Amino acid sequence: MSPAGEERPRSDVDRASGASVQAPLGARAHASGGAVDAVIVGAGPAGATTADVLANAGWSVMLLEKGPNRLLSLDAPYPLLGHLSNDEIKFFRRHFLGPDPLLEPRTYRRRDDEGDRIHVGEVNNLPSGVGGGGFHADAKLPRFREVDFHARSEYGPIDGADVVDWPLEYDELEPYYTVAERLVGVAGDAAANPFASWRSGEYPMPPGADMYGAILTTNAASELGLNPYRAPTGVNSVEYDGRPACNNCGFCGHFGCPIDAKGDPVAPLRSALGTGRCEVVANCYVDAVLVDGSGRTATGVRVIDTETGDTREIRAKHVVLAAGAFETPRLMLRSGVGNSSDLVGRYLMYHFQTFVVGSFDHRLHGHRGRSVTHLHDDHLVPDTTSLQYARERGLPYFRGGIVEHGGGGHPVMEGMFLPHGVAHTQGMLESMMRDKLWAFTMQGEDLPQAQNRVDLDPQVRDVHGRSAGRVTYDPHPHDLVASEYAAEILNRVMRQAGAQFTFTATSPPLPDSRGARYSPAPNSKHTMGTARMGADARTSVFDPWQRSWDVSNLLCADSSVFPTSTGYGPTLTIVALAIRMARELAGLPKLTS
Amino acid sequence: MSGSYCYLDEHDAAVLAAVVDRLVPPFGAHPGARALGAVDYIDGALGAFATDPPRIWAGGPFSGRHGGEASFHRFTPLTRLETLAWRTRIEGSRGDPQREWNGPVRGWQEIYRDGIDALDGDPAFATCTPADQDVRLAAAPRDFRELVYVHICEACYGPPEYGGNRDLQGWTAIEFPGDVQPRGWTDEEVSGRA
Repeated sequence: MSPAGEERPRSDVDRASGASVQAPLGARAHASGGAVDAVIVGAGPAGATTADVLANAGWSVMLLEKGPNRLLSLDAPYPLLGHLSNDEIKFFRRHFLGPDPLLEPRTYRRRDDEGDRIHVGEVNNLPSGVGGGGFHADAKLPRFREVDFHARSEYGPIDGADVVDWPLEYDELEPYYTVAERLVGVAGDAAANPFASWRSGEYPMPPGADMYGAILTTNAASELGLNPYRAPTGVNSVEYDGRPACNNCGFCGHFGCPIDAKGDPVAPLRSALGTGRCEVVANCYVDAVLVDGSGRTATGVRVIDTETGDTREIRAKHVVLAAGAFETPRLMLRSGVGNSSDLVGRYLMYHFQTFVVGSFDHRLHGHRGRSVTHLHDDHLVPDTTSLQYARERGLPYFRGGIVEHGGGGHPVMEGMFLPHGVAHTQGMLESMMRDKLWAFTMQGEDLPQAQNRVDLDPQVRDVHGRSAGRVTYDPHPHDLVASEYAAEILNRVMRQAGAQFTFTATSPPLPDSRGARYSPAPNSKHTMGTARMGADARTSVFDPWQRSWDVSNLLCADSSVFPTSTGYGPTLTIVALAIRMARELAGLPKLTS
Repeated sequence: MSGSYCYLDEHDAAVLAAVVDRLVPPFGAHPGARALGAVDYIDGALGAFATDPPRIWAGGPFSGRHGGEASFHRFTPLTRLETLAWRTRIEGSRGDPQREWNGPVRGWQEIYRDGIDALDGDPAFATCTPADQDVRLAAAPRDFRELVYVHICEACYGPPEYGGNRDLQGWTAIEFPGDVQPRGWTDEEVSGRA
């Protein structure tokens, strides 16, 4: 299918060149000394979506991925390779989806006065491989709200943060959200959430089965005046786009789907591959973005074949960065491109995560179902009570984030959480920390601060000898006050649902929390803002169409461009923006609702 | 214990058998880590490269326990870099410049060697009283204590293809069904209390 745009090739693109693929596209272009129309760095949701739009518009595309391809066959009809499974050791303990922290360590410090780093290893690692951060997630795919695109105008400034309006409004993005939901396949209930942004149509699928524990906590939330709803989820509730309905196996978040019931980014990858104009190249580490003598035009990329260690150059008419908000700024800084604003890597945002956990007197079997089946948005919307709470703490306002109603973890993790000795064995038999546990996770809005950033570690190296990416990150007081406020409410809801006891933890861990015994680095997989887009070249890295202000044929398709983090999961917005960006690049008409 | 190991010798296996049962002892319906095969699991991890493909990642998509063709037992081939990472993690960097892009790495084999050496003494660890075992464990290197505990948890509650969770007794004891594909769960099983 060609869901992201009808074919309408640009006149300067030779469509015939990709019509019948014999030799690999890149090899052909390379052998002939020619350049592909676009080389895309990173084969996750952003890169796969961009490849889909461009290839369907007639462009020749190379989609480069530093990790291996463990996802799908590159031969039609592109079936899954069969590596994805219900295996906690493989996916949780042994880095099957990468990146291996030995090969690609990341470093972390809270502030630059802490020295070069306080932690080396995993820092917000998202999978490194074909499929990227998409196929391992439990695929909650909400849209942002209208106000998220102009929070600065709506709420005013906050000291210590650079909250800005986005260079586009929700109304402009709405039709792209609609295409994104159809492309990925989102199951949801349009009428369920009173805080939802307006939408031009129904979800492509109805919601899937409610998890038992979520029925308890959503009933309790409703009784206490909150507005829980069935989460929009990129998991099939019915057969969709040739892929089967989910069978509720419970190994959803952090695992890939063994039966092909998740669409992100399998669907855009198949659509791109089906054109015959998109070559997916795995085990291909992009070492540098190359520019010409003027510094204003990208000529391609230099890559390392990680299976052979060989280096080569790939010439391209356009370079699209889609490596995620950690690797994209790392690559730009390493290459020395696109940073006249000195903002590349800055304004790093996660979601400030608040976990409120309840333990019940009976088993909730959270291992059945889609990890999380319900959300509520109430803490995203300031009200008179929260505004007063904010002002008493020196803030004009705060906003939290979506709250996920989800089950406990898996048993290896449960065992590691328990002390050794009989306490371990008894604890595992009782399962207070897994089978009798239910959890709220609030993905709180994290404000953009210039000193929170990704840069290059001065000593630590990856296996290729390149500087590791280093995170400097400390949450804004806004994030902590929002967390504290919501946690009190969420503990009440959890007790109302029947929990015998509850507790609160956060990520990054607060110094006095039980999480402090683990890594000090934040654990959120939602990474944003490190090359923000905007209408002014002095205060942004990419323009409103995600094109570099400095290098005219360098673009960014991932969440690096987000000016703010909002309180919603980023993936659907990444996909919608990538469709909008790629259609504009390919000269396709703008979509309207 | 199976009595034949790919990496451990009999002495080390005997020490570890006592260690894993001291850290995760039998209690009620829980057979304890030794009976669940934790020593076999550790042996499989330390000797992962004794087989080809190495015993790092079980295959997929299905185990065969709930339908479909059994494939977990066919381990996954590694790429060049994955091989480098896992050999380095298990064997240590051993002064090899190709393994020391960030300096020396202490491998699992060395961590276990030093840990077992620290537990050895007279009387033998396995014959000590539980209280004396705790004293020796507390004095053992921290990286050993942490690593062996992680490996015990993986052994007891991970898929049996890695050598632990013998006869699925780990999952049975804690009422965890384990992998369930391709059967999955019905909507009623997801939403109902039972």
